[in-house]
Amino acid sequence: MPEKIKVATASLAGCFGCHMSLLDIDERILDLVQVVDFDRTPITDIKKVGPCDVGIIEGGVANAENVEVLREFRHHCKILVAMGACATNGGIPAMRNQFTLEECLRESYVEGMGIENPMVPNDAEIPLLLNKVRPLHEVVKVDYFLPGCPPSADAIWTFLTELIQGKPIAFPYTQIHYD
Amino acid sequence: MSDQQTITIDGREVPFTEGQTIMDAALAAEVYVPHLCHNPEFVPHGSCRLCVVKVNGRFQSACTAPAAAGQVIDNSSDEIMDMRRTLLQMLFVEGNHVCPACEKSGRCQLQALAYYTGMLSPHFTHFFPLRRIDASHPDVVLDFNRCILCELCVRASRDVDKKNVFGITGRGINAKLIVNAASGKLGDTGFSVEDKAFHVCPVGAILPKHKGFEVPIGERLYDQQPISVVGDVAAHDEENAHA
Repeated sequence: MPEKIKVATASLAGCFGCHMSLLDIDERILDLVQVVDFDRTPITDIKKVGPCDVGIIEGGVANAENVEVLREFRHHCKILVAMGACATNGGIPAMRNQFTLEECLRESYVEGMGIENPMVPNDAEIPLLLNKVRPLHEVVKVDYFLPGCPPSADAIWTFLTELIQGKPIAFPYTQIHYD
Repeated sequence: MSDQQTITIDGREVPFTEGQTIMDAALAAEVYVPHLCHNPEFVPHGSCRLCVVKVNGRFQSACTAPAAAGQVIDNSSDEIMDMRRTLLQMLFVEGNHVCPACEKSGRCQLQALAYYTGMLSPHFTHFFPLRRIDASHPDVVLDFNRCILCELCVRASRDVDKKNVFGITGRGINAKLIVNAASGKLGDTGFSVEDKAFHVCPVGAILPKHKGFEVPIGERLYDQQPISVVGDVAAHDEENAHA
C-alpha cells in the first residue's frame, strides 16, 4: 500500500465555517482517510504541525499567533492552500481595517453596549493584534486558493481529489463563488 | 450595399456597419466581449479595460476601437484572459470588496467576470483603502468601498436623467466618486430610484434600502450560468423595472 498523504489544517482569523464545510463532504471522508492521514487539525486536536504534504488554512492573519502558526505551516507543508474568503482576501475580519486598532478595542471592551468592567484586555497570554488583518498570501507564499464563504463541500472535494490524483485543478462553474 | 464588411473574432466572421465599434459589432452578433464600464445605451468610456482584445496583434479596448474591414481579433486566448484576470485582481485589491457581506453578491458584474475569467485569488497586496458609506438618502445607500469608477452613474445622471448627481474627482489612485451637493451627501440631491443612474451600477456601490438578500443563494443572476450567457446586470434590472 502506498504511503498516505499527510494533511494538516488550521483556522486562523476565521469562523470555522470552512472546516464545517470540509466535514460536509459527509461519508466521502471515509474515502478520503483511505489515502490521507491527518496531522495537526482541529479534528485530531494535534497541537503542533509536523512535516506534511498539504497544509490547508482557513482564516486570515489578525494577530501574532496567526503569523506564527502560518509560518510553521509554510515551513512544514510542501503545498499550502488558502481555504475560504478570509484566507484569500481577509474576508469579514478584515472589515476592521476601516478602523484603527484603538477604535476597535475601545468599541469592543470600553464603549460598546452592555460592557461591565470596561478595560482593554492586556495579558501576556493574549496574542497581540496586528494593526490590519491580512490574507495569507500577503504573509507567506500560498500555492492554491479555494475561494468561498465557505467553499462548498463539493468544491473542497473537487480540489482534494484532483490534487491527490495529481490532476490540474479545475472547478465546474457553480463550485466557484466568493460568498 | 452589396458587400457586407466583416471583422474576424476568434475565427468567426462578424459583420459590422460603418461607425460601429468592435464591441457594437460583437454584441450585435451575440459574441460576448467581457466588460464592466460599457453599457450599449451610453457613450463608450474605455476605462475598465476589461474588453481588451488583440486587434491585428495590438491590444485595444473593444468598446472604443472602431471596427474596420479585415481586422483579425483575439477575444479569448489565454494571453487575453490572463490580462483580464489581472485587471480584475487589481480592481479587487484597490477597493474593499467583501462579497460575503455585500447585497449585490450573486448579481454583481465584477464578481461574475472574476468567475468567468477563473479568478481564484486577488494575487496582489490589498490596499484596504479608507472609504465612506453614504446612507443619507431615504431610499438608496451609496457604498464607496465598492465603486470601480466605471462612470456609468455619472453618464446616466448627466446624459439621461439630466441631473448631474455624480462626478469623478482626483486623478490616478486618488480618483473617487463624488456627489454633486454642497454637503457631498446623496440625500441632499434630487437623486431618485426612478433615475436611470440608479439602475446602471455594475457593482454594489448604489443599492436600494429597505430590502436585502431577497433572492436565495443558488437562484441569483450569476449563480448557475456565467455572465457570457446571462449578460449584464443592468439589462436584467431594466427587464424587472418594466415587468
